[in-house]
Amino acid sequence: MEKIMPAKDRLLKSGKNGLGNEMRGKVLVILCAVIMISVTISITIFLGTKGLQSFIKNGVSPIEFITSTKWNPTNKANPEYGAFPFIFGSFAVTFLSALVAAPLGIGAAIFMTEIAPSWGKKILQPVIELLVGIPSVVYGFIGLSVLVPFIRENIGGLGFSLLAGTIVLSIMILPTITSIATDAMSSLPKSLREGSYALGATRWQTIRKVLIPAGLPTLLTAVILGMARAFGEALAVQMVIGNVRDLPSSFLDASATLTTIITLNMGHTTYGSVENNTLWSMGLILLIMSFVFIILIRYFSSRRKMQ
Amino acid sequence: MSTITTARTVFDIKDLNLWYGNHHALKKIHFPINKKEVTAIIGPSGCGKSTFIKTLNLMINYVPNVKMTGEINYNGQNILNEKLDLVELRKNVGMVFQKGNPFPQSIYDNVAYGPRIHGTKRKTHLDEIVTKSLMDVALWDEVKDRLHTPALGLSGGQQQRLCIARALATKPDVLLMDEPTSALDPISTLKIEELILNLKEKYTIVIVTHNMQQASRVSDKTAFFLMGELIELDDTSTIFSNPADERTEGYISGRFG
Repeated sequence: MEKIMPAKDRLLKSGKNGLGNEMRGKVLVILCAVIMISVTISITIFLGTKGLQSFIKNGVSPIEFITSTKWNPTNKANPEYGAFPFIFGSFAVTFLSALVAAPLGIGAAIFMTEIAPSWGKKILQPVIELLVGIPSVVYGFIGLSVLVPFIRENIGGLGFSLLAGTIVLSIMILPTITSIATDAMSSLPKSLREGSYALGATRWQTIRKVLIPAGLPTLLTAVILGMARAFGEALAVQMVIGNVRDLPSSFLDASATLTTIITLNMGHTTYGSVENNTLWSMGLILLIMSFVFIILIRYFSSRRKMQ
Repeated sequence: MSTITTARTVFDIKDLNLWYGNHHALKKIHFPINKKEVTAIIGPSGCGKSTFIKTLNLMINYVPNVKMTGEINYNGQNILNEKLDLVELRKNVGMVFQKGNPFPQSIYDNVAYGPRIHGTKRKTHLDEIVTKSLMDVALWDEVKDRLHTPALGLSGGQQQRLCIARALATKPDVLLMDEPTSALDPISTLKIEELILNLKEKYTIVIVTHNMQQASRVSDKTAFFLMGELIELDDTSTIFSNPADERTEGYISGRFG
């Protein structure tokens, strides 16, 4: 005859096996998390130490590095390490492309969610997915063979320019902004639209005065994610922007960004040299900027939760 | 059935039929609604009471595949047939929904929303409207020190009263309420009911409710809907004490629904 155990013992016993499984699962996911976190921390530490070496070990003045417009690291007698033109170039293409892509992307999102939810979504959704899927080298190639000659012949200058970089980047970040903005708009509750219409508001009034303000934190997140992508994009920009070391004085001037200078020069500078170290410093600036973007996104999403 | 049209009639609905696709949701509704009375609409779920109230300010237009025939005369104008100014209709026929739906803006901006979209710009004038509307719903004392804080920080009952104030701010003469207390606790419900009794001095109120006690407490007229038909419309006291139709009696005595 089977021995009947008291309920307390049964509960304890049945717990044992389950607990073993629990532990294994827990260890597994903790391991994944630890790997991810340690990779991030290692990159940050590595980039931090490498990026600061040019200032600490090689004696490049950080002020000069950030503010000077003279970039001439190969001059043996009097090397100059002013990265301002590239910092400026990075910020310029980022903000300009956001300025172009944000209204387009948010407008497309509103069209899809408010004006023509049925067929608008059917057409625009695959278009956006396709735009995301095109590799950046293809964008750059198209920019190089179509956009650059077009600007040269119709607008002026060499064609390789801040303008070309801005246009290519705008198209590249458009899908990011559009898809997040679409999510932002479609996640707004139906009751907001009802409330506005019931007061006699027109569709446009409802969109402008209720829906856009209500979705604003997420819409801003969309724009910032687009900007983060623009700030970090190297290849496509490098192919059309001209890559000169001077500060551009107009849209049609060739320019350079932090990312394009890094990709251009990392191959032919020796590891540990001053010039190589200054490239790491530029990488550090990119990392710091991406932290800034993340902080901004965090800020906006906390505002969204507050509402 | 006392469906005689008089000069006191604000809404005069004649032979209204409504289809959702092939589903005949409202059948030959004749329904006069009197000025400065509270008309309650009761009936089991799916009887068409919410559909009916949404026809009065044409919010039904946002439901796809709706077809209507008949007449809905608002102050003598058929809102179904004639070239209608929807903005003007909704300015005059306000609506409050099941759940308070304030915009994610400040309390002040919520109430000022209606007047602003209808062209009121002067700050002093807006202040006046906001103050008065909030007083009308007995919310003024609770929020006067935080008019510019987010409306979503208010409690559920306060939010619903804010939405009533928002509807009153466009100076309507009819107020439609679609189960306005179904998401509220008993105390907030009581406040809304008191409010309805006060508001009926100035406004015509149509209220859809699941709660028969509520209908008997707040309304002058009660209409009983069943499967898309208006079974009975009469004085509330008559409906609850001596209904003419046995289906009405069955529903109010709790035999079905």
